[in-house]
Amino acid sequence: MKKIYPNAAAALDGLLHDGMFIASGGFGLCGIPELLLSAIKDAGTKDLTFASNNAGVDDFGIGILLQTKQVKKMISSYVGENAEFMRQYLSGELELEFNPQGTLAERMRAGGCGIPGFYTKTGVGTVIAEGKEHKDFKGETYIMEEGIFADLAIVKAWKADETGNLIFRRTARNFNPPAAMCGKVCVVEVEEIVPTGSLDPDHIHLPGIYVHRLIQGDHEKRIEQRTVREA
Amino acid sequence: MWDRNQMAERAAQELEDGTYVNLGIGIPTLVANYVGDKDITLQSENGMLGMGPFPIAGDEDADLINAGKQTITELDRTAYFDSATSFGMIRGGKIAAAILGAMEVAENGDLANWMIPGKLVKGMGGAMDLVAGVGRVIVVMDHTNKHGDSKVLKSCTLPLTGQGVVHRIITNLGVLDVVAGGLQIVETAEGVTEQELRDATEATIV
Repeated sequence: MKKIYPNAAAALDGLLHDGMFIASGGFGLCGIPELLLSAIKDAGTKDLTFASNNAGVDDFGIGILLQTKQVKKMISSYVGENAEFMRQYLSGELELEFNPQGTLAERMRAGGCGIPGFYTKTGVGTVIAEGKEHKDFKGETYIMEEGIFADLAIVKAWKADETGNLIFRRTARNFNPPAAMCGKVCVVEVEEIVPTGSLDPDHIHLPGIYVHRLIQGDHEKRIEQRTVREA
Repeated sequence: MWDRNQMAERAAQELEDGTYVNLGIGIPTLVANYVGDKDITLQSENGMLGMGPFPIAGDEDADLINAGKQTITELDRTAYFDSATSFGMIRGGKIAAAILGAMEVAENGDLANWMIPGKLVKGMGGAMDLVAGVGRVIVVMDHTNKHGDSKVLKSCTLPLTGQGVVHRIITNLGVLDVVAGGLQIVETAEGVTEQELRDATEATIV
C-alpha cells in the first residue's frame, strides 16, 4: 500500500484524460486542492466537467483552468466571484448546472455511498425541480436527485498519515470529504504527512480507504474576503 | 419606520433561547448584534456551529471563513463538520430558524431571493436548502424596492427560491405573518400607521 507520491504531477500521472468528470473539494478559496488544480492546468487535460461548489476566482482555484479553456462544464451552487467564468458562460463556451449547495454535497456523499438517487424537498416548486421525478412521502412533495460518481476526486486536507487517514482543519473541511468519497480514484494534497500511528484513530475525519494517492506540499491558502474587527 | 439596525433588532426577538440558527448575508448578519442574553448558536453552512465574530487584524485564518467567505473566529462551543453533514442538519430540521433577505415574498409564503432573469446569475448557494429545511423562515427586507413598488406581493414574479416556505416577514414598515388566505399584520414599525403598511403592501392582508 504505497500511496505517497513526490508531487502533484506524479500523483495525477495516468489518471487524466480529456472529457473526464472531476469532483473537487473546497468552499470559495478555502480548502481547495490548489496544487492538484495547478498540475491539471500543466497537464493540459481538456473538456473537463467539474462538480465543485464554486469556480474559484480569475487567477486561483478552478479559475486557472477556465483561463486555459480546459473546463467544459461546471456543476456548482455559486459562481459569483469569477469574471472569466461569466464571460465564457454568457458566450456559450461553458456549460453550467446549478445545484443547491446541500443537494450538491449530498449528491457527492450519496455517490460515494453507492446510492444512485435520493429524494429531497430542496428546490420543489423552483426551476431546480423541472424535469425531475416528484414523489410524495407522508403528504409532502420531494424531488429525486442523482448521486455523483466522478472519474476522479481531488481533495485538500490538513494532515494525513502514510496510509491516507485524513484530518481537516476548521472550515477547510467543507466539500472535501464528500468529494473524496464520490471519486473512483481520489488524490489528496496535504500540508503535512505524519508517520502512521501518530494520529489518534478516534480523531480521523476521513479514513484512508477513500484515499488512493497522497502528496505533501506548500499551500498559498489565499483569503478571499479578509474581514476584521477593531481590537 | 425602522432602519437596518432596528429591523435586525426586531428580528433578534424571533430567536428562542437555546436554539441553533442560520443568518443570511446583509441585514440578517446584523441580528447577531442584538441577541442579548439569549443563548444562540449560529450555524455557518460551510461547516460550522458556534460562529464567532470577525478576527482582530493579524488573527485572520484562511481555513476559517463563514458562508459569505469572510474571515471569522471560533468560540469555545464551536464544532466543525463537512458540507454534507452541514446540510444534513439543515435538511433534517435541526436548525430552528433562518433569517434571510429577499427580493420578493408572496402572501402564500413563496420566496424569491436568488435570481433576476436577464441579469447576471451567481447561483442559489445554500438558500434553497435552508428555506426547505429549517424550522422557521424569517425574511428581513425593505418593504418596497427603490422604485417604491411593493416587495410583498400576491405572487412572486421572480424565479422562486422556495414554495410556501416563509413564516414571518420583517420590513422597515412592520411585521407580517403568512397565514391562511394571506398576510396578517403583527405590528407596525415606530411612526408607521396600519393604513400606511396596507398601502405599501400588494399582498392580501387578512
